[in-house]
Amino acid sequence: MSETTATLYEQLGGEAAVNAAVDIFYRKVLSDHRINRFFDNTDMDKQAAKQKSFLTMAFGGPNNYSGADMRQAHAHLVKKLGLDDTHFDAVVENLAATLQELNVPQNLINQVAAIAESTRNDVLDR
Amino acid sequence: MSMHKISVNDRDIICESGETVLDACLRENIDIPYGCRQGACQSCMVRSLQGPPPLAAQDGLKEVLRHQHHFLACLCYPQQDMAISISSPTEFFTEATVIEKSLLNAETVQLTLQCKETMDYYAGQFVNLKRADGLTRSYSIANNRLHANKLSFHIRRLAGGRFSEWAHQELNVGDKLEVSDPQGLCYYLPTSQENNLLLIGTGSGLAPLAGIVSEALHHGHKGAIHLFHGSREMDGLYWIEEMQELASQYANFHYTACVSRGDAPDGVVRGRANDVAMTLLPSLKGWRLYLCGHPDMVHQTKRQAFLHGAALQDIHADAFHVASATLD
Ligand SMILES: Cc1cc2nc3c(=O)[nH]c(=O)nc-3n(C[C@H](O)[C@H](O)[C@H](O)COP(=O)(O)OP(=O)(O)OC[C@H]3O[C@@H](n4cnc5c(N)ncnc54)[C@H](O)[C@@H]3O)c2cc1C
Ligand code: FES
Repeated sequence: MSETTATLYEQLGGEAAVNAAVDIFYRKVLSDHRINRFFDNTDMDKQAAKQKSFLTMAFGGPNNYSGADMRQAHAHLVKKLGLDDTHFDAVVENLAATLQELNVPQNLINQVAAIAESTRNDVLDR
Repeated sequence: MSMHKISVNDRDIICESGETVLDACLRENIDIPYGCRQGACQSCMVRSLQGPPPLAAQDGLKEVLRHQHHFLACLCYPQQDMAISISSPTEFFTEATVIEKSLLNAETVQLTLQCKETMDYYAGQFVNLKRADGLTRSYSIANNRLHANKLSFHIRRLAGGRFSEWAHQELNVGDKLEVSDPQGLCYYLPTSQENNLLLIGTGSGLAPLAGIVSEALHHGHKGAIHLFHGSREMDGLYWIEEMQELASQYANFHYTACVSRGDAPDGVVRGRANDVAMTLLPSLKGWRLYLCGHPDMVHQTKRQAFLHGAALQDIHADAFHVASATLD
């Protein structure tokens, strides 16, 4: 009925879907040797909370991420640890793999990836 | 960041850039209680008298306390001039008398205190112990809830440690101490009895874990309970026979003693407790974890356990942060 009016976030299953995805996604990121150094040495509970707000944003859910916040949050990673496109690609890849593991249809995965993609320049501070 | 003025006890002091409110007060010889300097023990709780403090300084405080602008001085880097009040109205101390003191091993003493009031606590929580001159440190409760006004503690002696050396050498049966309300979230609740439990502790980190094990067994916990106790060498371990005895009484309780250096005699495994546990238990999906002791061990194990499938919300931890230097 309302298939056409449901938002991406609703189609994915809202907050419950984010909760289901966050541990899987964070676990993938921590096990990925290309990028896990960016997540090292941090308080895991705080880090998981950050992943949750990132996923909420990428799922098209309610969020208060702004481009300026994105820049500020990642600027030191770009400067000090050399965060670049390859790392960004790896995160998007892990995000897609998480959704596949949760049996999310490919057309929704593509929409999530597109939202994540839209933050690339802010994250990489350029 | 820059310097800010702090009004405290009718004085104005300067908090340098990069300095916490606690450090500034201590540098100025202002009498302020503290313990861990890491935001864990909450003994340095103070209150802002001019508007809300920086959010990061309220980490872990209860909603009502945040509302009243209480914050932890050891976590507070001022963002503007501040006026603070030190008398913490919230921490409630009760008087207690030492009724037993015995050595668990060469470096760890067991203290039993008889509290004036009945204490409401969960096995695995900790309290702040305060000496007559105000020196305060956090120690985990080592017994289960059955002994409501008797609390026991395992205190490891650190060379040059002010509280622990004093507790080992000068504190005697009959002496009095003050005991705070129990705190901390690393405890056992008799819900989800089917879940498997994994408990990993180093040194005196066995104290809260032994309390949790005894509480769980008392409630007839149905899942498996695995306890790993580690130290560098044999003389850092204790209660080996007691735990083995318990394991022979309860089919679902398993105990492994570990040493990371030197020779391991029969019945003791060579390796760090967390590594030994992860090797023996490769999948932790659905497990509840309790980690106590050395902060590095706690931090590392949290990550290992998460990667082995445990959900973050099921990992309970108390890192035994010490005020300075390292605890090993
Ligand atoms: C939640 C929690 C639970 C805890 N539970 C327990 C427990 O159950 N059992 C337990 O044994 N501990 C526990 N601890 C640790 C405990 O609170 C104390 O930190 C510990 O006993 C050391 O206190 P202290 O006063 O003896 O040492 P401190 O005087 O605080 O000194 C700590 C260390 O720093 C060194 N040091 C001190 N001054 C200097 C200096 N000027 N220069 C260089 N080095 C210095 C000392 O030699 C010592 O090694 C817990 C901590 C927390 C946060
Ligand atoms: S919380 Fe500040 S000293 Fe422990």
